[in-house]
Amino acid sequence: MPGGDYIGRTPTKALEGLRVIDLSQVYAGPYATKLLADMGAEVIRVECAARSGRGGRLPRTRPGGAFGAQFPGGDTGGRSYNRFAYYNELNRNKYAVTLDLTHPRAVDVFKRLVRISDVVVENFSPRVMGNLGLDYESLREENPGIVMVSISGYGHDGPYRDYVTYGEGIEAMSGLCALTAYPGGGPLKPGVAYADAVSGLLAAFAALAAVRHRRQSGQGQHIDLAMREALTPLLGEALMDYAMNGRVAPPVGNGHPAMAPHGCYRARGEDSWVAIAVTSDEEWRSLCRAMGSPPWAEDGRFASAAGRVAHREQLDGLIGEWTARHDHRELMGSLQRAGVRAGAVLTVDELVADPHLQERGFFEWLTHPEAGTHLHPGVSWRMSRTPGALRLPAPCFGEHNRYVFVGLLGMSEEEMAQLAEEGATAPEPLPWEELFPLDEPYEVED
Amino acid sequence: MSTKRGPVSEGALSGLVVLDLSEGVAGPFCTRLLSDYGAQVLKVERPGVGDCSRAVGPFPGDQPHPERSGLFLLLNAGKEGITLDVEGERGAEILRELSASADIVVEDLPPGAMARLGLDYQALAAVDPSLIWASISYFGQSGPYREWQGSALVAQAVGGLMAITGEAGREPLRLPGPQAEFQAGLNAAVAILCALHFRDESGQGQHIDVSVQEAVASILESSVLAYGYSGFRRGRLGPRHPLQCPSLLMPARDGLVYVQAGAEWDHFATFLQAPELVEPRLSSPLRYRYADEVEAAIAPRLAERDARELFTAAQEWRIPFALVLGIDELFQDPQYQARGFFRQVEHPAAGTLTYPGAPFRMGETPAEVCRAPLLGEHNEEVYVGRLGMAREEVERLCRAGTI
Repeated sequence: MPGGDYIGRTPTKALEGLRVIDLSQVYAGPYATKLLADMGAEVIRVECAARSGRGGRLPRTRPGGAFGAQFPGGDTGGRSYNRFAYYNELNRNKYAVTLDLTHPRAVDVFKRLVRISDVVVENFSPRVMGNLGLDYESLREENPGIVMVSISGYGHDGPYRDYVTYGEGIEAMSGLCALTAYPGGGPLKPGVAYADAVSGLLAAFAALAAVRHRRQSGQGQHIDLAMREALTPLLGEALMDYAMNGRVAPPVGNGHPAMAPHGCYRARGEDSWVAIAVTSDEEWRSLCRAMGSPPWAEDGRFASAAGRVAHREQLDGLIGEWTARHDHRELMGSLQRAGVRAGAVLTVDELVADPHLQERGFFEWLTHPEAGTHLHPGVSWRMSRTPGALRLPAPCFGEHNRYVFVGLLGMSEEEMAQLAEEGATAPEPLPWEELFPLDEPYEVED
Repeated sequence: MSTKRGPVSEGALSGLVVLDLSEGVAGPFCTRLLSDYGAQVLKVERPGVGDCSRAVGPFPGDQPHPERSGLFLLLNAGKEGITLDVEGERGAEILRELSASADIVVEDLPPGAMARLGLDYQALAAVDPSLIWASISYFGQSGPYREWQGSALVAQAVGGLMAITGEAGREPLRLPGPQAEFQAGLNAAVAILCALHFRDESGQGQHIDVSVQEAVASILESSVLAYGYSGFRRGRLGPRHPLQCPSLLMPARDGLVYVQAGAEWDHFATFLQAPELVEPRLSSPLRYRYADEVEAAIAPRLAERDARELFTAAQEWRIPFALVLGIDELFQDPQYQARGFFRQVEHPAAGTLTYPGAPFRMGETPAEVCRAPLLGEHNEEVYVGRLGMAREEVERLCRAGTI
């Protein structure tokens, strides 16, 4: 297996020796390769100076409200492409080279890289890799064992193949937005780029499944991952209800059709909330005891699940009066200890300070040479023998050109200089101003 | 239709045996993925009642039936089903034998429960060091909350997702369905393949600890990053996007469209025939400050056209508009039809139903869509055929309630 040679020593990282070429941009693809990099794969990002904005080093479109906050101290000044939080998180543990793949010599270098690699991940529009002469058939000629993972919005065939979309559009087109709503309210977008996260995880899974098949058969393959097809199955209950009963059930918000109390209740303090999900009569009795057994809880209407569902609004009002007098984290603790499924609605600062996550060491500090030391989410799961780690900060632009071109591909210094001279590689991306003309500096808004 | 892949078709994960002790959503979703792509998944259910999701709807005609739960049928397609009470007579011993023939064990019992039965990873790995064992729980295997319980709602709250979903001034809103559990299942599936890669290189198995809370906290992206980089705390933005303007759902004449401008603002303004959008203030990257004006300029152009016509026209201009599709519309969607995404699957108790297909396509080793097992459907095949137990003994353990 190329890059998989550990004769004479024991690997200590789960994916040690696995080499991944990462052409992907923004979130879904980089998230997939981040997961592989955290687990020890050698992920080499191939980035183009002219496309640096779309490559995720800078926002993909002109920025909006909270944009400045994505830079240390809100400062979007010089060499911002090395200091963008979004990029620096999604590309931790990776290496980066520059190659302008519209340049024939760069395409040649890329193919040499394919020969010594295991996986290629890309999330361009379906026609792009073919236009560059780098579709799966071309890559397979270089390396029959190569695994190519293509992530796109709608897939590599069908009438929507060339439709353009970002993750938000996929959330709408997948059926997710229609159900993300308050009862009686209109569709909303999720608070995170959910389609990208799901697709990234599945792309990592797909890459590893194909690598496993190659171990058995010697053959690589192409994976066609449509983000919409990744997301739609996660609406399973609603899909099955339609398949079984021809019914499109309205959104339930935080409620539950068969259980009550089940929702989000105001706690003490500004914009402070606790989620409570009672899933049995026993849990209901535990909740009543935790509330100090108020007389209203003895009301016969609330004795059964059906009664509580039927009188949901009165019930929610009464519980809300009680929760509003208490701190949401204290409510979580006291209710959990009483055997009630409850959780504080944690804001990001509370999440970082959460004693449980602190004891588990979930958030980690990572130092980047140009962006400084910041808190990042840690490795997404624990492995007893090969735990994974935040070993390296995200690469600066073109930081590993020499390591990859000279060290891995055996290029001479002269050849590397020639590539730069011909514009196949670049010392830095196009200046910020050419991508996003500014009329005044960015600032953090709160 | 069988619950199992045909003998001819090779899956990417063919040859792997997974012992699935989990129920509900997170674990079964993880093993469903492994099964779709070729692993042989042996699902162990409690005798009599089975997986708790068998009691959860939807059901045909809203009539509860343990073999007709939509959630169960979807999450357990392609698996073999056996029943076993590990606390019953010979239960622990049989589980040890089952695990001895498995590459991977997936469980979601409360942390510590397997250890009390002498059946945790430590005990079984002592016999088979190459065993891969994934534990999924709401708060992970360590830490002060490890024994706390969760739910689909609670997990989105404690993972930080709810606080940033919904409208400012209203209560936080969850995503529909058990999305936190799906995230945990996905994490477990990727972790298992990482462990498998390591085992294939080194011969050594290991234990995997997946926390639903951390699975959610892993996907907060710009929210947690802005806090880490500059202490910025963002709240609920309702319909607006945290980093782009415009990027939101807006009404067309007959429904909603997702409006995004794409990379070229002037092109977008021309498409909408809205020249006021190109004035310097609104074409500047700082236009988010005037989001009300931007949206006010766009709104009348949308209101005079139908959503689907706008969607198609925008796509011809390569502008990334999208539609808000309802569940029913997905089944009629031309792209889904062209790709054959939805599949008819026949089940002896639930009949023939239309299911969503596998979540990605593999060129050489396609996923196969099969059906879910009946409760204990493969008892004889597994206990007599594979473990070599005497038929009389299996019948006796059946009467004793173990099987």
